[in-house]
Amino acid sequence: MFDQSLARTIFGRLSFESFPIHEPILLVTFIGVMIGGLGVVGAITKYRLWGWLWREWFTSVDHKKIGIMYVILGIIMLLRGFADALMMRLQQAIAFGPNEGYLPAHHYDQVFTAHGTIMIFFVAIPLVVGLINYVMPLQIGARDVAFPYLNNLSFWLTVAGALLVMVSLFVGEFSRAGWLNYVPVANLQNSPDTGPDYYLWALQIAGVGTTLSAINMVTTIIKMRAPGMTMMKMPVFCWTALCSNVLAIAIFPVLTGAFALLMLDRYVGTDFFTNDLGGNPMMYWNLVWIWGHPEVYVLVLPVFGIYSEITATFSGKPLFGYSSMVYATVVITILSYLVWLHHFFTMGSGASVNSFFGIATMVISIPTGAKIFNWLFTMYRGQIRFELPMMWVVAFMLTFVVGGMTGVLLAVPPADFVLHNSLFLVAHFHNVIIGGVVFGLFAGMTYWFPKAFGFKLDPWWGKVAFWGWVIGYWVAWTPIYVVGLMGTTRRVHHFDDPSLQPWFVIALIGAIIILIGILGFVMSIVMGIVRRDALRDTTGDPWGGRTLEWSTTSPPPAYNFAFTPVVHNLDAWYDMKSRGHRRPAEGFRPIHMPRNTGTGVILSGLALVLGFAMVWYIWWLAAVSFVGLIVVTIGHTFNYNRDYFIAAEDVARTERARPAAAGA
Amino acid sequence: MSTHALNAGEADATFYLAEEEDHDHAGGDGGTMLGFWIYLMSDALIFATLFATYGVLSTSYAGGPAPRQIFELPLVAVNTAMLLLSSITFGMGMIEMEAGRTRAVQAWLAITALFGIAFVGIELHEFAGLIAEGATPQRSAFLSGFFTLVGTHGLHVTVGLVWIAVMLVQVGQRGLVPENKRRLMCLGMFWHLLDVVWIGVFTFVYLLGVLR
Repeated sequence: MFDQSLARTIFGRLSFESFPIHEPILLVTFIGVMIGGLGVVGAITKYRLWGWLWREWFTSVDHKKIGIMYVILGIIMLLRGFADALMMRLQQAIAFGPNEGYLPAHHYDQVFTAHGTIMIFFVAIPLVVGLINYVMPLQIGARDVAFPYLNNLSFWLTVAGALLVMVSLFVGEFSRAGWLNYVPVANLQNSPDTGPDYYLWALQIAGVGTTLSAINMVTTIIKMRAPGMTMMKMPVFCWTALCSNVLAIAIFPVLTGAFALLMLDRYVGTDFFTNDLGGNPMMYWNLVWIWGHPEVYVLVLPVFGIYSEITATFSGKPLFGYSSMVYATVVITILSYLVWLHHFFTMGSGASVNSFFGIATMVISIPTGAKIFNWLFTMYRGQIRFELPMMWVVAFMLTFVVGGMTGVLLAVPPADFVLHNSLFLVAHFHNVIIGGVVFGLFAGMTYWFPKAFGFKLDPWWGKVAFWGWVIGYWVAWTPIYVVGLMGTTRRVHHFDDPSLQPWFVIALIGAIIILIGILGFVMSIVMGIVRRDALRDTTGDPWGGRTLEWSTTSPPPAYNFAFTPVVHNLDAWYDMKSRGHRRPAEGFRPIHMPRNTGTGVILSGLALVLGFAMVWYIWWLAAVSFVGLIVVTIGHTFNYNRDYFIAAEDVARTERARPAAAGA
Repeated sequence: MSTHALNAGEADATFYLAEEEDHDHAGGDGGTMLGFWIYLMSDALIFATLFATYGVLSTSYAGGPAPRQIFELPLVAVNTAMLLLSSITFGMGMIEMEAGRTRAVQAWLAITALFGIAFVGIELHEFAGLIAEGATPQRSAFLSGFFTLVGTHGLHVTVGLVWIAVMLVQVGQRGLVPENKRRLMCLGMFWHLLDVVWIGVFTFVYLLGVLR
């Protein structure tokens, strides 16, 4: 008896039963992850890379390195999220009639919840934030972001959130309440397990990181543009990054608030989203969708910016309709905040409320359509080079337009009453997120990879990735549109009607083709590294770019630009090239730079421990890590020595070492 | 800051700026003020979320006590006075900061902290009384919303108090160096925002609640 209460004090509700040793799928995954993880750790130890990793990467406040780390996080989590997708597709392809499939329902529910959560929060957001982090300061001619230390902290908080989700795979359970952790399923009485707690703590920790990062990016864009770069001379990618981050600041606090209230319900016993004592579950839906719908635009707007940059570069023309592109972006930013209710027309708000949100939703297609025409007119009579980034743009336009049209269809409330919660909806948002966000991220990663590493991705494997994703998308999701239109609902782990099975088998084949695309992308990185000498970029401007990031070397020096560029034209680098500028070879001055710090890693580690302790009710550990968080935060403010100078001779040496062909 | 431009290419086209580094990171605002403003707006949105939730749930008594039965307006009025006075004393501290009088800044900060402590103390006293009467956060959705909204504000004031304590130490250690001035400006913005939020709480929760 005494032992039991002691164990509860020390370990909370964590016990041997919390480890799923009797579930073969999880056990095999765990062993695989352990072997892989130990292999990586062993290799790092063997080659004595820990010190280098810590000094050069983990504690770095360089926006370029943080951007690269974000992208690596996104790619790793993409593999996890896609493994979940394959599991679901396999289950749905075989679970018909007497065959129950291979996943029990409660496991299947965790898989679809984890898939959505991971893909949005730990794949799409890190990849988008990573690209903005890397590219935006270079495009505006800045040396770093406004708050370099905060940038490092934001990244590590995102990692802490991702780790907490990964831990839930092997210790306890993840949420079964869908990717937005819907109440009433996620209420304590319906989910007394650790699932929703893992979800809430992971996303709160990562959400703080995302909010801080958004504040950082907005301040950077407003305050740190190169002289001469007025707002309307800013590259479109920076505009979309600005709008996306303004939107993120406007929505993430709402999500934080909603999750905090659900936490109070689960931990303190309040009655916000309960079914009794006056609680209102639909309040949760309203709050999470006030975050959720704009979030789609937080992701897709920067990606629209990527498409704009690539289209202009590979068409050899300035972007058609720059100012209309900017206005369309701003209009989408505002409208996206006014449409959240279309996610639950069936709540029964009445005809006038539903009409307002239905019409507001349809109106968004107008600025979005304007963007599509702008890209088409940019290509019109341009000298188009169909290299990989441009191929992704064309695939995007063909795929995304279909998703946009099914979106307008769903925006009609009577149609939505029929299609709500169906696989048609699931196919719609995968259509816009894969065809819009994912294609754009691949386009962006392919486009800026030579800038970041000094050599291009392997083009042959890049084409494998391209065709795998594009063909795979259509094979996987067209049948889901079809069965959805016939009324099949989402989040179902077993079907009775055997006539549906062929559609789900086709979808599984499509998912396997997408797997080829994913492996192709990984291979294009591997083979790019192997063949890096053949793919080397010595000019700093491998694609004939138009914006400032191409004016420095690939990869850029730590200080980005030895001299701050002066901007005269929207396409600043194209302007410099066409007016025959020469890069200055002397007169270098010391450059003021921020110092690295390990505080971000330490704080995020403590936040991870706090989250884990709270999930398992290990109160003493939670208290210790919470106090630790406060002490480290305050301690950090006592460090006034946060910057240093790169001496002029060092700048001169770096600049002289640059390849002669490099531009600025 | 002296600047001279390097000409490159065409005689009239200046593509690079050679500038002597000013100590922007330490001295001028370097974006910190704007960043902190934006942070405050995001914090205001958290309060907006809590206000909206309270607005939806404010009549969901679930058979439990209603505002009129449990709110003590005189006590809340005293509390409001504490917070408003603390904003005035903080403002006095900022005036002294501009004049560069370290001692006076510390004194006003300490007085501000005393008012802040009084505010949090009275609020805790009020909460304890409510809980003793059985009006706990678990009793009804109205009370959940009330405790969360008012409590979140109180938590912010507590964070502000910790911040004041840290600033007292740092101003004591280094005096009114540019970094500390910048931090005091941010702290001031934070402290005054809590005042603004409290005006909303007082009006929207207490006054409207008692009128109902």
